[in-house]
Amino acid sequence: MSILLILEQVLNGLQFGVMLFLMAAGLTLVFGVMGLINLAHGALYMVGAFAAAAVAGLTGSFLLALVASLAAAAAAGAIVEVAVIRRLYDRDHLDQVLATFALILIFSEGTRWIFGSFPLFLDVPDYLSGPVSLPGGIEYPLYRLTIIAIGLVVAAALFWLIARTRIGIQIRAGEADREMIAALGVDISKLYTLVFALGAALAGLAGALVGAIQSVQVGMGEPVLILAFVVIVIGGIGSIKGALVGAVLVGLTDTLGKVFLPQFFGLFLEPASATSVGASLASMLIYILMALVLLVRPSGLYGGST
Amino acid sequence: MTDAHPVLKVEGISKSFGALKASDNVSLDLRPGEIHALIGPNGAGKSTLIKQISGSLRPDSGRIEVLGRDVTDLDTVARARLGLGRTFQISSLAMEFTVLQNVVLGALGARGRAFSFFRNVMKDKALLESAYRALERVGLQGEAQRRTADLSHGQRRQLEVAVALTLQPKLFLMDEPMAGLGASGSKALTGFLDQLRHEAPILLVEHDMDAVFALADRITVLVYGAVIATGTADEIRANAEVRRAYLGEEDAA
Amino acid sequence: MLTRETTLNIALAATLLAVPLLALAMDEIFIITLATKVAILALAGVGLNIALGIGGLVSLGHAAFFGIGGYAMGILAAHAQNYEPIMEVPFLIEGTNQMPIIWLIAIVASALAALVIGALSLRTSGVYFIMITLAFGQMLYYFAISWSAYGGEDGQSIWVRNEFPGLNTLDPIQFFLIAYVILCLVLVFSARLARSPFGLALAAARQTEERVMTVGLTPFHLRLVAFVISGAITGLAGALYADLNRFVSPTMLSWHTSGEIMVFVIIGGVGRLFGPLVGAAVFILLEHILGGFSEYWQIFLGLLLLLMVLFARGGLIGAIVGREVAHD
Repeated sequence: MSILLILEQVLNGLQFGVMLFLMAAGLTLVFGVMGLINLAHGALYMVGAFAAAAVAGLTGSFLLALVASLAAAAAAGAIVEVAVIRRLYDRDHLDQVLATFALILIFSEGTRWIFGSFPLFLDVPDYLSGPVSLPGGIEYPLYRLTIIAIGLVVAAALFWLIARTRIGIQIRAGEADREMIAALGVDISKLYTLVFALGAALAGLAGALVGAIQSVQVGMGEPVLILAFVVIVIGGIGSIKGALVGAVLVGLTDTLGKVFLPQFFGLFLEPASATSVGASLASMLIYILMALVLLVRPSGLYGGST
Repeated sequence: MTDAHPVLKVEGISKSFGALKASDNVSLDLRPGEIHALIGPNGAGKSTLIKQISGSLRPDSGRIEVLGRDVTDLDTVARARLGLGRTFQISSLAMEFTVLQNVVLGALGARGRAFSFFRNVMKDKALLESAYRALERVGLQGEAQRRTADLSHGQRRQLEVAVALTLQPKLFLMDEPMAGLGASGSKALTGFLDQLRHEAPILLVEHDMDAVFALADRITVLVYGAVIATGTADEIRANAEVRRAYLGEEDAA
Repeated sequence: MLTRETTLNIALAATLLAVPLLALAMDEIFIITLATKVAILALAGVGLNIALGIGGLVSLGHAAFFGIGGYAMGILAAHAQNYEPIMEVPFLIEGTNQMPIIWLIAIVASALAALVIGALSLRTSGVYFIMITLAFGQMLYYFAISWSAYGGEDGQSIWVRNEFPGLNTLDPIQFFLIAYVILCLVLVFSARLARSPFGLALAAARQTEERVMTVGLTPFHLRLVAFVISGAITGLAGALYADLNRFVSPTMLSWHTSGEIMVFVIIGGVGRLFGPLVGAAVFILLEHILGGFSEYWQIFLGLLLLLMVLFARGGLIGAIVGREVAHD
C-alpha cells in the first residue's frame, strides 16, 4: 500500500466531500432558517446537471454550462419555493416530507419524460482535462483538483456571506428566531425564497461538476441527497461549519473505506470473501459513523438543540 | 403551620447558562399543608427553578429532596412517580383527546401498567372512577366528552388540575395557574387551591398579586436568580429590599 | 351504534373480499393477484400506521423492515430450494418452505431490527429522527446490494411458492385468502391497540410529551415498543410480498419503498384504521390504470399526493366520514 495511493484516495475523498458540502450547505440552510426538511433537493442537483449538459451540448462552452446550471437550479428552486414550499413552513414535518417526496416523483418522472431514460453526456473541457503533477510525485486529474478548489472557494464565500453581509445577518437571525425577524420588518418571504434559491444553486452546481465525471441521468441526485442528509445529521442541522466538517468526514470515510477495507480484510480472509465483506462494510460505514456520532452528540457535532 | 418534615426541600441550587447565572444558591422548602408562592420580576429565574425542581433541568450544584428522599439525580418521570404533581403555564394537554381521555391518561400514569395492549382503556372501571372523581373535584364532569381543543382557557386550567389530581400527588408544582383567567375564574381557582393545600402542599409561581397575598402562607422572592427574602405575606410586604426590587417597580397591580 | 367510519371500514373489508371472488367467477386471475398485492401493501401500511398514525413517528426507513421480512423469506426459501443448509456450524440451520415458519422468522428478524434501529433513532426527534431512519434504511439497502450471496443488486428469485399446511398456495385465490385473513387479524389487533392503555399513552406522547412524563410514563419506552410492533408487522408484509412475486431484491429496502408505504398511509388518512387499505388500493389502481396510458404515471401520483398534502389533510377516509372524533 503505497503512500501515493493513499494520498490519491485522500484527494478523491476530499473531492467527494466538497461536492457533498455543496449539497449539504443548501439543505442545512433551508432547515436552519425555514425549519423545512426538503427531500426534493436531489432533484435540483439533477436540474443543474441536465441544464449544464444541455447548454454544453449547444454552445460547447463548459463555463457557460456551469453558469447555466447555477441559473437553472436557482430558477427551479425559486419557482418551487413560491409555488409549493412556502405553503409548508407552518406544517409539521410529515407534511413536508410527503410534499417534497411528491415533488421528487414529479421532477424525476418529468425529467425522464422530457429527456428520456438515457444518460446525457457532459464532457470535461480540454483545458481542464489531463493530470497534474503534485509535490510528492502524484499525478492527479486537474479536473478533480479544480472541483476541490471550486468547493473550497464556495465554502469561503458562504462563510463570508453569513458572517459579513446583511443577508447573512438576516439568515443568522432567522435561524435563531423566526418570529423576531418578521417583527423587525425583514421581508421574510423574499429572504426565504433567496435562501431556498441559493441552496438550489449550490446543488445545481454540484450536479454539473459531478456530471462531467459521472453521467447525467435521472435519479442521479438521490444517492447524493441521502448522503447529504447524513452529512447534516453528523454536522448538526443549521450549521454551515458542521456541513463542511461533516461532508469532509463523510467523503473521506466513504472513499477510503471503499478502497482500504477490502484490502484490510484481505490480510486475514481469502480474497473473494475479503472483497465482499470489505465492500459490504464499506457501504455501511458512513451510516455506522452517523450512528456513532449521534450516540455521543444527539444534535450532531455543531448543532444546537432543535 | 406544622413543624413537620418539609415535603420539598431545595438546598443551594445553582444553575448557569454560560455567563448567565439563572439560579444562584437558591434554597427554600415546602411544608405540609402550606401554599408557598414564588414571586419575582420577569427574568428572575422562576421558570428555571421550577424546571430543576420538576426534573427537566439538572442543576449545576445543590440538592433537591422530596419527602426526605434525594431526587437530584432523578428525571421527570421518576419524580412524578414519587408524587410530584405538576401544572404548566402553557397548558400541556392532549388537544385531540376528550376531557375524559386526558384525565384517564393521568389515572393510567398513576396506576402504571401502560403496556397493556388489548383492554379498552376507556372502559376500564378503575381508571374511569379515578378520572371522574378528579373531574368532579374541579367541576368539569359535565364536559367529559368534549374535545379538549374546544374548551375555554379557564376550563383547560381546571382540566390540568384534574389530571394532576389523579396522581394523588404528595405535592403540587404550579406554574402561573391564574394566567389568562378572568376575575371570576381566578376567584374560583383561588378558592379551590385554598382547599387543595390540605391534601398536598403547593409551590406556586404566580404574578397575580391578589391571589398570592390571599393564598400564600409563605412567599419567596426571587430576583436575578437569587432569593432575597422568604417569609409570610406581611413580612414580605414590609420588607424594604423586596419593595425596592419588585413591588416598588409595579404599583401593587 | 356504528359510527360512519366503522360502517365504511366494514364496507371496505367486504369489497376487498368481494372483488377477487367476483374475479374468480369471471376467470380474471390477474385481478386476484392485484387484490393480493393491495392486501399485502395495506398490511405494510398498517404496520407503519402504528408508529406514524398513533405515535407520530415519521419513519422514512420502514422499507428496512419490509425488506428484512422479504429477505428472511428469500434466504430461507433459497436454501430450501437448493437443499443447502444456511449454516452448519455451530448449529445446523436449514432453509424452509413452510410459510408459518418463514413468517415467524420474518417477524422476529424485523422486530429485532426495529429494536436496534429504534433504540438508536428514538434518542432523537423531529427532523433528526426522520433522517436517521432514512439513513438506516439506506444502510441496509446498500448492504443488500453488496451481498452477492443472495443476488446482490439483481435480487434473488424463488422458483417455488412456499407452502401452507392444508392449502394449495399456488392457487391465486387461496394465496389471496391467506393474505386477506392475515390483514384482517392485524387490523383487529391494530384497532384494539389504538383503544388500549398503550394506545392512549402513545397518542398522548405524540401530542404532549411533557404531560406524559409528568403523569409518570416514559415516552421513549412507549415509542420503542410501538416502533418494534410496527416494524414486525411491516416485516410480515415483506415476507408475503416476496412470496407473491417469488422474488426479493434490494429495491424492497430502498427509500422509495419507504416513501411509497408512507404514501399509502397518507392517501387513506394517517391514523385511520383502514387508511392503508384505501391508500394501497388507490396506489395499485393508479399504477394499473394510469400506468396503462403512460409510463410516467408517477407524475400524477406525485400531483395527487401534493394536492392531498396541501388541501386534503385527512386523507380519503377523512374526506368521506368528515370530522368525527377519530378516537372514542
